[in-house]
Amino acid sequence: MYNSPYLRQNTSVRRVMTTVLVAMLPAIAVQSWLFGAALLVQIALASVTALACEALMLALRGRPVAPALTDMSALVTAWLIAVCLPPLLPWWTTVLGTAFALIIGKHLYGGLGQNPFNPAMLAYALLIVSFPALMSQWPGLNVGDFATQMDWVFGGARALDGVTGATPLDALRTGLMTGGDAAAVMRSTAFGHIAGAGWEWVALAWGAGGLLLLALRIITWHVPVAFVAVMSLVSGIASLIDPAQFAGPAFHLLAGGAMMGAFFIATDPVSGATTPRGKLVFAAGIALIAWLIRAFGAYPDGIAFAVLLMNICVPLIDMKTQPPVFGHKNGGAP
Amino acid sequence: MLRKLFSFNGGVKPDPNKGASTREPIARLPLPPQLIIPLHQHIGGTPRPLVKVGDRVLHGQRIGAADGNVSSAVHAPTSGHVVAIEPRLMPHASGLSSMAVVIEPDGQDQRIEREPFDWHAASPGEVRDYLRDAGVVGLGGAVFPSHLKLAPGKAGGTDTLVLNGAECEPFITCDDMLMRSEAEDILRGALVMQKMLAAKQVLVGVEDNKPEAAAALKAAAAALAHASLDVVVVPTRYPAGGAKQLIRVLTGIEVPHGSRSTDYGVQCFNVATALAVWNALEHGEPLTRRIVTVAGNVDRPRNFDVAIGTPIGFVFEHAGLKPDTDKLIMGGPMMGIPLPGVDAPVVKATNCLLASSPALFPPPEPELPCIRCGECARACPADLQPFELYWHSRARNFGRAQEYHLFDCIECGCCAYVCPSHIPLVDYYRYAKSEIWARERDKDAADSARERFEFRNWRAEREKEEKAAKLAARSAAKPAAKPAATDKPPAEGDTAATPAEDPKKALIEAAMARAKAQKEAVAAKNTDTLTPAQQAQVEAAEARRKLAADMVATGDGETTRATATADKPTE
Repeated sequence: MYNSPYLRQNTSVRRVMTTVLVAMLPAIAVQSWLFGAALLVQIALASVTALACEALMLALRGRPVAPALTDMSALVTAWLIAVCLPPLLPWWTTVLGTAFALIIGKHLYGGLGQNPFNPAMLAYALLIVSFPALMSQWPGLNVGDFATQMDWVFGGARALDGVTGATPLDALRTGLMTGGDAAAVMRSTAFGHIAGAGWEWVALAWGAGGLLLLALRIITWHVPVAFVAVMSLVSGIASLIDPAQFAGPAFHLLAGGAMMGAFFIATDPVSGATTPRGKLVFAAGIALIAWLIRAFGAYPDGIAFAVLLMNICVPLIDMKTQPPVFGHKNGGAP
Repeated sequence: MLRKLFSFNGGVKPDPNKGASTREPIARLPLPPQLIIPLHQHIGGTPRPLVKVGDRVLHGQRIGAADGNVSSAVHAPTSGHVVAIEPRLMPHASGLSSMAVVIEPDGQDQRIEREPFDWHAASPGEVRDYLRDAGVVGLGGAVFPSHLKLAPGKAGGTDTLVLNGAECEPFITCDDMLMRSEAEDILRGALVMQKMLAAKQVLVGVEDNKPEAAAALKAAAAALAHASLDVVVVPTRYPAGGAKQLIRVLTGIEVPHGSRSTDYGVQCFNVATALAVWNALEHGEPLTRRIVTVAGNVDRPRNFDVAIGTPIGFVFEHAGLKPDTDKLIMGGPMMGIPLPGVDAPVVKATNCLLASSPALFPPPEPELPCIRCGECARACPADLQPFELYWHSRARNFGRAQEYHLFDCIECGCCAYVCPSHIPLVDYYRYAKSEIWARERDKDAADSARERFEFRNWRAEREKEEKAAKLAARSAAKPAAKPAATDKPPAEGDTAATPAEDPKKALIEAAMARAKAQKEAVAAKNTDTLTPAQQAQVEAAEARRKLAADMVATGDGETTRATATADKPTE
């Protein structure tokens, strides 16, 4: 005997997660088209590792393995990790990061729905802190054929500075540190139209996937809008004050993980804020912290740390932003 | 006239499934071999049976009298013999029984002589009493005695009378069919209610998936030519038929949980209730029948005019229950209750009988962990955060659940309907609510036990003091007694009592003060962050408790003291 409601909408966690995976496809396609197929290999590596760790942890925790393995949530984490990492990373780094995300970031907190931190961002943070040199080896446009890339990933061969181009954020930071002018640095070869050769297309593809998630009601507008608004605002103000030192909004939105963060990372329901106003606060905080790290910090990109820092604030944000309950606003007057 | 409509947040749009049962007009169901008429079919006191086993009853005869004002009478739907007055299975998920009058129809359907009631001339109070005795209760499902709602609010007049024809639950069409066929009498009933409430306007809300009903009502309204009467078509969205949601849509007013809409100048009745009021007043017909939608896994889904007390199995037989039916539901698929068996009768609350099959309503998929996606919060018409309620209920953290407004939940089921993790969210809230109620009952029991215990201690102490005082008084009075022996004996008691009275009083007062301080020290302190409404409830409860304590302390204390002093002369 079960109780009402007897009707259920045709929906499931698997359907939600699969939609997220589908929405990631444009960015993955654009990135592997422009920078080589190594990304696809990294995605495969991360997926296999994630599913293996998920199954292992579920078995250790004495939980049913099949339903959790097929809910696709581990794959979403794996894909998000893979697209964050430089595609030429040695295979064991990806495996290590993914295993850390699934075992420590997810299951040690109680599994799906219980993790306070975004597992993909935990993996990124672990790897960039542990292997900063490896993590800065991003390939330039069409660097090396597939065989060469595979040799970098699986063989002992290491990419040389000549073949791995600096990402725009990295180049900007290095240029500014060596006494350059932001506008001058951004005219160098590493930069494409706005944010770096090829990268603005990847960012736009993330945006397109994000719009798909919005259209399918997987995410709400609050997080991306607040993120983009605050990132534009702070970078706009800073570049107005000192254009030589700070890049403008267009660069900050299209460089690095900004668009991916706005639509795919900060919108993670499990580790993010849940109330409408809370989502605005949460995303605004991420944008602000990310910009601070980019402008003043030691790391080229700051999305991951910004997300993790704001993850800590989520319980408080949620508690303080509870929407008014029906009949408890304006004393019931219309 | 274009009326500005408001909207409520949330809500869902399940497939209405209303086509099947509206193809044919309402059919009058024949009488079953036995009618089981529960005495308690409404909110309030259980009516007292007016008949005994073996009696012959007539159609329309009152068989249960309203017990007090918050109650409503029940009547025999046909003539026949009372064969039993005993607990019978009720249409309730619990499977519990309740006292019912079982009538075997004699097939003559002999009516009781109708007493003329000139409701035009009667005072509003008399009309309300008449409606109470005619057993008119809300037919939307909540079965609140209608006469209680038909008094103008404190401010003297009601602004708006809302007639609820939204009928938002999938499958249910009884109000739809009734509005199509009885539109004019429904509106006449509404106008009577308007007069009783002194309401400025009457708004009839109908969901836009019932165009025939809306057209019939509009035509009837035009025929009645009443300026203050307006039929308003509202968007179809579950739960638009919830009284508070409909009031919100029509008037923009959000009536908070725990408040009455009358406090905001609005009163809401189901359309079928308006018709019942009209039939009772104009035709002297007590409420003995109602329209019931039979739908779901049946061969002939249809609306039936059913005598109240007809066993549910009998109704399903007429609709052709399919063999793969796995359970029976009273109400709709969103809020309906599972029925314990086919022997339970149709009651005044039975708007729909729904047969379920695994194909129609598949058993829920296994529950997965909540991913805090927030779909439930977006669907919640009460603007709650259902997943927070779920976390706290699941963790048995009921205080937190209440802080997140657990009791504002109307159990409409929207959250569970949209949950991608297939969590039976409403069940968690029902569980949390029942746990909280159980704890409050336990606390009340513990409170009264403690009060009894404290009083017993106080009395024992007082008796000890009295004994000592009496002893002291007697030994003091003995030498003085001899010279005064010729005086009237009662004087001795008087003089002896006066000095003894004062220390005794002081002791009693000290003991009471101690008891009071002790009570205050142990009083519950989980009442820091309360809404004004909750605060008011708490204060009301405290006041009752104080009253009881005062009665115990003063009333009882007085009598014991009086007997103690009265005892004296006889000693």
